[in-house]
Amino acid sequence: MGSIGAQKVLSDVFADTAADAAAVGFVLAHLPREAGTVLWAQDRLSEKEAGQPYMPGIGVPQPVMRVNVSRPSDVLVAMEDALRCKAVSAVIGEIWGDPPTLDFTATKRLALRAEANGVPCWLIRRAASPNLSAARNRWRIASLPSAAHPHDAQAPGDPRWQVELFRSRAAQPGIWAVRYDRTTGRLDFSAASVDRAVDTRDGADRQRAAR
Amino acid sequence: MERTGNAPPDDLPVAMVAEGPHGPVIHDINRAAGLAGVQRGARVTDMKALLPDLRIEYADIVGDRRAMEQLMFWVRRWCPWSVQDGVDGLVLDTTGSDHLWGGEAKMLADMEAQFSMLGLTAQIALAPTWGAAWALARYGTVRSICPEGEIPQKLSALSVDALRLNNGTVTLLRRLGLKTIGALADVPRLSLTRRFVKAKLNENPVIRLDQAMGHTAEPVSSPDAAPSFRAHARLPEPIMDPTPFLPDLCADLCDQMEAQGYGCRRLLLTVYHTDGDTHRIEVAMSVHSRDPDHLLYLFRDKLEAINPGYGFDLITLDAAQTEQMEVVQAQLEGGTDEAVDLSRLTDRLTARFGTRAVTRPALRESHIPERAQNWVAALGDTLERTKTTAPDRPIRLLYTPEEVRVLYAVPKGPPVQFIWRRQTHKITRYAGPERIAPEWWHDKPGTRLRDYFKVEDHRGRRFWLYREGLHGDGRGGDPRWFVHGMFA
Repeated sequence: MGSIGAQKVLSDVFADTAADAAAVGFVLAHLPREAGTVLWAQDRLSEKEAGQPYMPGIGVPQPVMRVNVSRPSDVLVAMEDALRCKAVSAVIGEIWGDPPTLDFTATKRLALRAEANGVPCWLIRRAASPNLSAARNRWRIASLPSAAHPHDAQAPGDPRWQVELFRSRAAQPGIWAVRYDRTTGRLDFSAASVDRAVDTRDGADRQRAAR
Repeated sequence: MERTGNAPPDDLPVAMVAEGPHGPVIHDINRAAGLAGVQRGARVTDMKALLPDLRIEYADIVGDRRAMEQLMFWVRRWCPWSVQDGVDGLVLDTTGSDHLWGGEAKMLADMEAQFSMLGLTAQIALAPTWGAAWALARYGTVRSICPEGEIPQKLSALSVDALRLNNGTVTLLRRLGLKTIGALADVPRLSLTRRFVKAKLNENPVIRLDQAMGHTAEPVSSPDAAPSFRAHARLPEPIMDPTPFLPDLCADLCDQMEAQGYGCRRLLLTVYHTDGDTHRIEVAMSVHSRDPDHLLYLFRDKLEAINPGYGFDLITLDAAQTEQMEVVQAQLEGGTDEAVDLSRLTDRLTARFGTRAVTRPALRESHIPERAQNWVAALGDTLERTKTTAPDRPIRLLYTPEEVRVLYAVPKGPPVQFIWRRQTHKITRYAGPERIAPEWWHDKPGTRLRDYFKVEDHRGRRFWLYREGLHGDGRGGDPRWFVHGMFA
């Protein structure tokens, strides 16, 4: 499944809730390892509601250039401009909601440019509905309770996400539980334990155990 | 030299201060402070103890250097050759120029008058050699003129400080009993040479003496002013839109720059309205460029900001921040250079969205999370690689921490649940606390410490919470809780 994420095409990522950084983590886990600047464009609402990227925590080896603009259409312009540039290794855009400028034509332009230049392009959408888009892969990402911490029973360990690929040209759609290994930067796609009912404990038992 | 535009009165001791390795040191002083015993290079705290009502002003060293550079070109109104001498001096070669000003004395008087009109105090002297002029300007009488052949007489009474030597050598000469230049010149040359045979230029009194007396030549090599580039279009009829003229202007400007091997980092487009009004648009670039297509692109959306009024009849395009630029071979197989590509992208984005919108992270040594990362304009230097840090940090940081209402079991532990943006998050797991104390050298007194917790809520979302302060730390009421970031 990792190969789908590594394709150099336009991908949509829908975050479950605005305050959930799982989508950002998923995108960062797929950044290509090669050198070259990462362009990160954000509109104003995304920055206000979901914060700004924090490099000490992200720790990607590539240099990052950030564009924060107020309008979603400006985010699209910046992404499109960056996709023409040979020195850019990946383009990440964050757009809040369903602005009218983000229609099928706009996504088609991004998709064609990304494929022509061979640069992966990720569009992170929050508080948005998955309407018509030319994105080659469309993901929906939510957080799952994290894996066990190797040394501390009550601490959160490696992040786990529920990843749903609901539209793709190259692969069969599906749902996976993904564990991200932060030390090696690997993504482990495991079978879909998608039954949220199992996971929706309030955690009181773990807390009792911790005390 | 000292600016007199808003200068303090002469009887008030004032010191300019610069940052030294162990705190602020005195950079420069005025006359009153010098009489009171304040010394250059001493610590500010020591001098404040000596003179409690010493007024302290911070020195703008870079600005001073730039001002001296401009002054060096400004003084060419009197003669064609001038050069900077140290950080506080200018040397003019006035050979053959003085008769234009009615003689040497009149020229010096005119110089002093012109400098005072700029708001500057200048000490001026005229001598046949650089060294003698240096000595007389600093240690001689006001506007002293030293005719050819009178150098030994004029200099002999001055102290050895006037020989452009470093402090150690001056102290050494004093200890040897050689207090004036005359005394030094009377010492047999052979023994002086033997004593200072291996000394460098600024600690060798023999060479300095020769330079001052004119036995060793010390020519003034005058640097040229940077060429200025301007393209303009004069129009027979007033027009409303400059767009059709811009490609020709850019091409003209780039041809001029290419002919002299220059590139520019800033462009100024000025339109002159028929009613006398002017309007200017400025664009900047991250590296020097003289590519007409690229320069033209930067103006693309900016021309709409011009209010045409009754139209305009003159358009000028000026290049600023010019610098010599090498011609670089393009890649043989026809590809483009990646570094050039990236700088062009930065330029385009900055021209379109502004300097503050296009940024790159600058990591700093600080434990306070919002200080550890700073966003600086990408237009400056090239993007440097960000280094990774060890402790567990979130990947998203809220620009302003958002306060939450919490429910906790023990006051010093993590909360059991918190309400943020009207949603209740029940905490299942946590790590922490990580205590981050305020940086007392930056923060206001009374700033409270922070205890950071990495928590995970019942739906698996991971947050970075912190408690500001402790119960009963005497810095405000109950501690407050904030959300500061999100983990992957």
